[in-house]
Amino acid sequence: MLLKHTTDQVKERKALTVNPAKTCQPVGAMYAALGIHGCLPHSHGSQGCCSYHRSALTRHYKEPVMAATSSFTEGSSVFGGQANLMTAIDNIFGIYEPEIIAVHSTCLSETIGDDLCQMVAKAREEGKVPFGKHVIQASTPSYVGSHVTGYANMLEGIVKYFPEKTDERLRQINLLAGWVEPSDMRELKRLVGLLKVKSVLLPDTSDVLDTPMTGKYEMYPKGGTTIPDMVSMGDSMKTVGLGDWGTRKAAIALDNKCKVPFDIVDLPIGLRASDRFIQALAKAGKVSVPESIADERGRLVDAITDMHQYLYGKRVAVFGDPDNILPLIEFLLDMDMKPVYTVSGTPGKAFMKRMEELVGKQCPEAKYKNGPQADMLLIHQWIKQEPVDLIIGNTYGKYISRDEGIPFVRMGFPILDRIGHSYFPSVGYMGALRILEKILGALMDKIDATSPEESFELTM
Amino acid sequence: MVNKKDYTNGLPDPSSLKDEILKKYPRKIAKKREKSMVINDPDQDQEILANVRTIPGIITQRGCTYAGCKGVVLGPTRDIINLVHGPIGCSFYAWLTRRNQTRVPEGGDNFITYCFSTDMQDENIVFGGEAKLKEAIREAYEMFKPKSIGIFSTCPVGLIGDDVHSVSREMKAELGINIFGFSCEGYRGVSQSAGHHIANNGVFKHVIGNTDRERTGKFQVNLLGEYNIGGDAFEIEALFEEAGITLLSTFSGNSTIESMEYAHTADLNMVMCHRSINYIAEMMEEKYGIPWVKVNFIGADSTAKSLKKIADYFGDPELTAKVDEICGREMAKVKVIADVVKPSVEGKLAMMFVGGSRAHHYQDLFAELNIRVVSAGYEFAHRDDYEGRKVISSIKIDADTRNIEDLVVSKDEAHFREDLVEKKETLKKSGYNFSDYAGMMPEMKKNALVIDDINHWETEKLIEFYKPDVFCAGIKEKYVVQKLGIPLKQLHSYDYGGPYAAFGGAINFYKEMQRMLATNIWKLVDTPWKHEPEIVGSMTIEA
Repeated sequence: MLLKHTTDQVKERKALTVNPAKTCQPVGAMYAALGIHGCLPHSHGSQGCCSYHRSALTRHYKEPVMAATSSFTEGSSVFGGQANLMTAIDNIFGIYEPEIIAVHSTCLSETIGDDLCQMVAKAREEGKVPFGKHVIQASTPSYVGSHVTGYANMLEGIVKYFPEKTDERLRQINLLAGWVEPSDMRELKRLVGLLKVKSVLLPDTSDVLDTPMTGKYEMYPKGGTTIPDMVSMGDSMKTVGLGDWGTRKAAIALDNKCKVPFDIVDLPIGLRASDRFIQALAKAGKVSVPESIADERGRLVDAITDMHQYLYGKRVAVFGDPDNILPLIEFLLDMDMKPVYTVSGTPGKAFMKRMEELVGKQCPEAKYKNGPQADMLLIHQWIKQEPVDLIIGNTYGKYISRDEGIPFVRMGFPILDRIGHSYFPSVGYMGALRILEKILGALMDKIDATSPEESFELTM
Repeated sequence: MVNKKDYTNGLPDPSSLKDEILKKYPRKIAKKREKSMVINDPDQDQEILANVRTIPGIITQRGCTYAGCKGVVLGPTRDIINLVHGPIGCSFYAWLTRRNQTRVPEGGDNFITYCFSTDMQDENIVFGGEAKLKEAIREAYEMFKPKSIGIFSTCPVGLIGDDVHSVSREMKAELGINIFGFSCEGYRGVSQSAGHHIANNGVFKHVIGNTDRERTGKFQVNLLGEYNIGGDAFEIEALFEEAGITLLSTFSGNSTIESMEYAHTADLNMVMCHRSINYIAEMMEEKYGIPWVKVNFIGADSTAKSLKKIADYFGDPELTAKVDEICGREMAKVKVIADVVKPSVEGKLAMMFVGGSRAHHYQDLFAELNIRVVSAGYEFAHRDDYEGRKVISSIKIDADTRNIEDLVVSKDEAHFREDLVEKKETLKKSGYNFSDYAGMMPEMKKNALVIDDINHWETEKLIEFYKPDVFCAGIKEKYVVQKLGIPLKQLHSYDYGGPYAAFGGAINFYKEMQRMLATNIWKLVDTPWKHEPEIVGSMTIEA
């Protein structure tokens, strides 16, 4: 057994987290910053933070992930990291020549009270930021929230800096993406294109973390939201934020700064969340939904109805980030599956409320929890008490899956042992079809592997 | 990729490359980096600047002190709960990511698959985290009943004044199990290296010597600085077992705290990764009189040499005969594969920038395949790992090193092995080499470019200059180098392959080099239409 010490005895814990269903803020800030063009993320803290975050993102994407660090020593921890940041800004513009440096803080710099705003302002005053170049910042203390919070904070940092309101009103909408994959960013743009709505997607990691092999290395790949596009966001008609945890802060900041009104909808994962996304876009862009999108939706519903017998009543354990798993759970319920156990390490009171609304009638036996001790130990213990038919979550779920012999679908961050998430979307109707395909594949593989020979099925 | 330079008369002089790299830097940085880039001359005593601070903003490979302490040294040990005191990330990122394999006997503990954290929140930062730490220790004990718990400090811990050592003492008294803390905050040193030292100190103070054990074998040894990445330790263990050498304890691949507790009953310490573990070897010699020797089980020749060195130490004819038999048999197997692989890889160029010993050890494997190592360097080593231990006394102790406690060790009269001290003296007279590590540079070719703490800019320029056939580094470098059309072999994680240690590992590595170097896959990178004349557009469908 891989997790041999896990038992079904759930004890209330107040202080200990075991096998977390989250990580810390800065990695989210780094990921968000990679979604703007020509940007080098910078980690203001110890070298280890930057190294760990780059490694985690690299293992997930199998792509170069560049970022610099303030390389704190004991001295900087005592006297403050300003000198380190000044040197870093100088060196980064001099040696690596990005358009933008996106600085995020760490638990170390936050604990000693380093004020990034003031430091970056000082760097500007001292002429360390060359003309036409930019330094943006986000405060991302690791001891608050989770990696999702860090993503949201960097997104907020970006919109506080770039968008400008001019006299011109642009017939375009801002699309703020929650934490999704480059493939999803690409799919969001495709759907917006089908709707013939002009939009700015922020951030946009497609063509950054899914770059082609060319024999050349581009430190700043062609993807990422561009500066002119980000500036123009202040003149857009509307902002649509995808995912409350990831985008609300940025949407509010943009509204405050440039008076661009906003709607927050779920990440379009699954059928009805995709419906709401399409409707929100149509409303915001003042367009009607084309037949081709209705066809995509129809194909998804068709596949669900075709395969309903394999899905009905199946018990599912889900762990991951709130913006991603809430619509996923809705999707599972729509397919008559039972999301009996759910944990998310990311805090936020809204999670429990949304879960209650989702599962209340359809799956009253469901157990769910979020926050610090809502970890993978807890969900494993629940599974030990009464098993499930399927586990959905990041790669760490494979340890539970193997120990308990339960089919497993990889979704979320990080996925370290399979490819696909960078290339094939999980958002929109096509993404929902892919989720459905993966769920069915996992369930049917188990049937094929374990059914008695006499009832081994050719057609399913 | 074509290697344009002529290597028949040795390696090319990389002076122009060095100049070009330095040109990009501001003067102060250029001056510093200049000293960390040495054009090797094995006939000269050359000095390299190493184990110094990375310049802020420079994209370095290095990690932090915590990574060296928890991730490297204590991470591979299975019967201890390694509880990380801090915000969630530090524990999360060190969760199973180093591939330390372990074989758990029936009924044995294994906590390596778990990730434990106090998951500090803002109120813990403001009001202190000691109470939460204590509660977390209690909860961990209550649920898992471990025999030991290690507490690892992350950056905020030291800054807010949480005393993990006093909490450990208190909880040890309360729970009656071994609990000890490490002040391995990320900022403590200039790299992982500081964390190694802190881990060595902690293990030496709190673990080694805790239990005595009757002899179980004629030849009792410890293996230090072998972390069982990808199963390396299993290969080595099998050799010892066959030879009749009793491996008491490994620090720390496939290990238990239980075995470390009686490590002081060994007759010899073998040091693999000199950088990360030499402190324990030195301290055990002072306290218990156990001599240490440098060994290397990476490379078939080195493995044979190391085994023979151990046999020579014990001077037992039966053991010597057994070791000779094993080496003869295994070398023959290795040669069969080497002969197959060599023709397709000979003369290719490799470079490696990794670790504190691997960038040296792996050169032996490349040499066995006649692959040229044109450039190499460590991520977190010290001058002695480059130049040899002879320079230790001349290394200036800077403020960053002074941060780390240097334990004062005294003789343990009850356990001190005068017999081993005598044995050492006798063997030394016959030319046997103890407590020595010659370092990387004396063993590298003339004109090889040795670079400490290489960064991204230097990596790109190096590749441009040498156009190597294979580049060895870690996960952060992997895809950058591969985008340039050059395969990268990870020497931290082995790209989820291995083992590469000992004879069996050498065979695996040869085959891996054949896979990587003889493949045609990189030739598919260019589009077929790249070299064709442009297709002329036409308004009609007829051509």
